[in-house]
Amino acid sequence: MTGKKVFIVIPAYNEAKAISKVLDDLKKNGYRNIIVVDDCSSDDTAIVARHHKAIVLKHIINRGQGAALKTGTDAGLNLGAEFIVHFDADGQMRVVDIKKLLTPLIAKKADVVLGSRFLGQKAKNMPFSKKISLQLGRIVVFALYGLWLSDSQSGFRVINRKAAQNIKITADRMEHAGEILGEIKKKKLRLVEVAVTILYTDYSIQKGQSWSRGPALGLKMLLRRLLK
Amino acid sequence: MLQVYQIIVFIFALFALSRAILRAKESKITRGELYFWSLLWLGVLVLTFLPSFSDILADYAGIGRGADLLVYASVLLLFYLMFRLYVKIDKTEQEITKLVQKVAYENVKKKK
Ligand SMILES: Nc1nc2c(ncn2[C@@H]2O[C@H](COP(=O)(O)OP(=O)(O)OP(=O)(O)O)[C@@H](O)[C@H]2O)c(=O)[nH]1
Ligand SMILES: [Mg+2]
Repeated sequence: MTGKKVFIVIPAYNEAKAISKVLDDLKKNGYRNIIVVDDCSSDDTAIVARHHKAIVLKHIINRGQGAALKTGTDAGLNLGAEFIVHFDADGQMRVVDIKKLLTPLIAKKADVVLGSRFLGQKAKNMPFSKKISLQLGRIVVFALYGLWLSDSQSGFRVINRKAAQNIKITADRMEHAGEILGEIKKKKLRLVEVAVTILYTDYSIQKGQSWSRGPALGLKMLLRRLLK
Repeated sequence: MLQVYQIIVFIFALFALSRAILRAKESKITRGELYFWSLLWLGVLVLTFLPSFSDILADYAGIGRGADLLVYASVLLLFYLMFRLYVKIDKTEQEITKLVQKVAYENVKKKK
């Protein structure tokens, strides 16, 4: 599509059941440069990804989503990516939304575009506890980084090459979402939020992030902020 | 009159001090760290054998009793040490991640 070099980076941890469909969808929509970072899964995630002809990078020790994103993003840069898409392996994100996120970037109106679960389209079947914790997350991110976003914990982002080179991810685990926002602010990158639909299924809720980890996540973001 | 606790603290402080000096000799800790630990344990010794000294300090700091001052200071110190430990672990974790990333790249290169 678009003739630009778009790389999809997918952090994956034990997603053999879900990733096949995600990779199929991506290919059907014309995305051919796909990097899957298998974070020491105990299932067949890597085998499935290879079967779908994705580039598979394997972590020999589980290092977390933030670390996997860094591994994949750096690889994309090395392979000449102009745009890098952070996409989940669990099937919650819709491939059709990638185009919407790419548009402002291709028009050179932004360096980073975030998919938001709270603009217009609703996150489908999002648990109530998740809604509350994401609202609190916004406040924490505002307090720490001075960025007021509709969805501060979105893992759906598209960044251009310049942003990928400038954003330094040091947080290995889920606090990377906040850290990336801090980097965007610090490096004066232009940020736009775009509405996306995120599907919450039994599979994704069971595998996903529980609200109960929120307080620890907030504390970790605070410490990360202090250390930088 | 020596109290039992004073003897225990005395032995422990000497032990901790000797450890610090040994580790400094092996350059496993820096000079600054050696001063930090020496001062800390010497301070503990002084306060153990001259308990009234803590009352003077407490008075100076505007805290009622010497014993209270000791508790406050210990809590602060523990927080500080915990934070340092956190920083150290965080650094180690980042190093592990770097290594894991390098291995991931090398293995892909090999396959080609
Ligand atoms: N590399 C790596 N990826 C992970 C790890 N944990 C989760 N992931 C991946 O990151 C993506 C999102 O993970 P989720 O746990 O669903 O987190 P989330 O989507 O932010 O949270 P929910 O809204 O609860 O779904 C998925 O593709 C997971 O496979 C991990 O430890 N390492
Ligand atoms: Mg998810």
